[in-house]
Amino acid sequence: MKHIKTIVLKEWSEVFKNRLVLFTLIFMPLIFTIMPLAMLYFTGDGMAGNMGAVQSADVPVEFLSACSPEMSAGDCMQIYVMNQFLLIFMMMPVIIPVTIAAYSIVGEKATHSLEPLLATPISTTELLAGKSLAAGLPAILIGWTSFGIFLLGLPILGVSRAVIDYITGPTWLLAILVAGPLMAIASVNFALFVSSRVNAPRVAEQISSVMIVPILGLLFAQLAGIIVINVLTMLSFIGGMALLDVGLIYLGASIFQREKILTRWK
Amino acid sequence: MIETNGLTKIFDVKKSPDITAVQDLTLFIPEGEVFGFLGPNGAGKTTTIRMLTSLIAPTAGTARVNGYQLGVDDTEIRRSIGVLTESPGLYERLSAFRNLSIFAELYDVADVDGQVSKYLHMLGLWSRRDEPAGSFSKGMRQKLAIARALLHEPKVLFLDEPTSGLDPEAARLVRSFIEELRGEGRTIFLCTHNLTEADRLCDRIGIFKSRLIEIDTPENLREKFYGRRVVFHLRQLDPAWADQVSGIAGVKDVQTVDQKLVVGMEDPEALNPQIVRLLVQAGADIEFVGELRHSLEEIYIQTMQESEEEEAAA
Ligand SMILES: Nc1ncnc2c1ncn2[C@@H]1O[C@H](COP(=O)(O)OP(=O)(O)O)[C@@H](O)[C@H]1O
Ligand SMILES: [Mg+2]
Repeated sequence: MKHIKTIVLKEWSEVFKNRLVLFTLIFMPLIFTIMPLAMLYFTGDGMAGNMGAVQSADVPVEFLSACSPEMSAGDCMQIYVMNQFLLIFMMMPVIIPVTIAAYSIVGEKATHSLEPLLATPISTTELLAGKSLAAGLPAILIGWTSFGIFLLGLPILGVSRAVIDYITGPTWLLAILVAGPLMAIASVNFALFVSSRVNAPRVAEQISSVMIVPILGLLFAQLAGIIVINVLTMLSFIGGMALLDVGLIYLGASIFQREKILTRWK
Repeated sequence: MIETNGLTKIFDVKKSPDITAVQDLTLFIPEGEVFGFLGPNGAGKTTTIRMLTSLIAPTAGTARVNGYQLGVDDTEIRRSIGVLTESPGLYERLSAFRNLSIFAELYDVADVDGQVSKYLHMLGLWSRRDEPAGSFSKGMRQKLAIARALLHEPKVLFLDEPTSGLDPEAARLVRSFIEELRGEGRTIFLCTHNLTEADRLCDRIGIFKSRLIEIDTPENLREKFYGRRVVFHLRQLDPAWADQVSGIAGVKDVQTVDQKLVVGMEDPEALNPQIVRLLVQAGADIEFVGELRHSLEEIYIQTMQESEEEEAAA
């Protein structure tokens, strides 16, 4: 455990000295938090009186059935829009670890600092755990913090009770508290794997960003009205992610062996 | 203490023939010895270090480091050794202090701050401890990397080409640091392709190129290769004279080449007059007397060539 802590703190003190990484870690969450709040603020008024137009044009019929009957059409519309943003929220735990892992692994490859590290009594499991936590923890914490700020902003912007109840309801909580960390784990392991194969952090980042594809998939499926984000779809998504995690952790662990790092990582 | 027996590493390279980086290496390095592992680029020195530090597994053979069996007590091996890897790999953005404290923690050093401050003082870096490692000179960075391998006071220290790529001044700094370490009773395994360095720092030298070609103390190697030789060019040579010359006290060996006598000895200035007198009395016409000198470098290159020829012949 002590070794893991040493690695995590070492990664952070190195990686956070990189401006590009810092930029991703500060501005992306800021934008992703402010955007939905601003959206709520601008869609909040005038919606309620405009039921008919909203119903027919902007919200897929399937989604309307997901809104409870006592909700106003305006609330229903807001929830629909917010569900798009939920997916954007879920991108944070995917993008942040990719950035950190890409710089932490590719950076160490470039400076050849992994070999002295591997020559210490640390086990490869500890080293892998340290690197993964260093990339995954900030993602989870930043994701949760942004969500917290977002929640605090809701009453201030005068968002209706029904919408707040929905956002603090099971679908969102599952997404933020369970799906987010699971995606961070997948993202970390995939980024570790990709980083072991390439020599530039930017390339590692670009390749690893395919990890946002599942979320984009959800986003477009919802926009196209193919699926509706609700507890059931979220639970299935979580199940799929958990499976993907198992596979990617296995992949990550299989490449993280002393001899392979020294002789196969190019 | 390092002991190897038939240690071999063959790299299996896809789509090209396998590379035998280390072949059948058998060595015994007693505790406290500074051992020079001397060989050209690509000889397999780094591969040997990587095997002995249990970073990569040998294809064949066994080894013990500090009494621990390679492949069995790997964590114990790593705990009891220090390594300066081929590229020092410091964290250039982090301070000198952090660079050392991270490793002190990974080596489970009890008094992290105490050990780090001991070595920073030793390097004269205490006042610059908060400066990033990247801001130091190359020689200083190399010394910092060596200190990093010493924080847990290992009994065996591996140094992989500690002065390669350094300018002469930086190399001098690093060498005198290694000389300081000699006094502390550690076993040091020093890889180098620099002969003078091996000669100056090591108790014994192994000349190595995939295989161990020669192993001896620098004195014996020097004598063997470099020992002073005097050539007596004669008009004609009577083989009996060689026996007479070799009877003189102080003469180590006598060879006959064409009409020449090649005499090995330690002190030609003292013995030459006596040899000349003996030859003249025996009836030899001496045309010319000269010293045959080989530089250590030349001999080293010659050994390498011989080993290549042998390989080609085999
Ligand atoms: N991971 C590897 N895969 C294939 N060949 C390797 C690998 N590492 C080293 N070699 C080869 O083994 C030989 C010895 O290399 P090395 O141990 O680095 O030599 P030295 O340190 O003496 O310069 C070289 O021919 C090198 O190309
Ligand atoms: Mg080498």
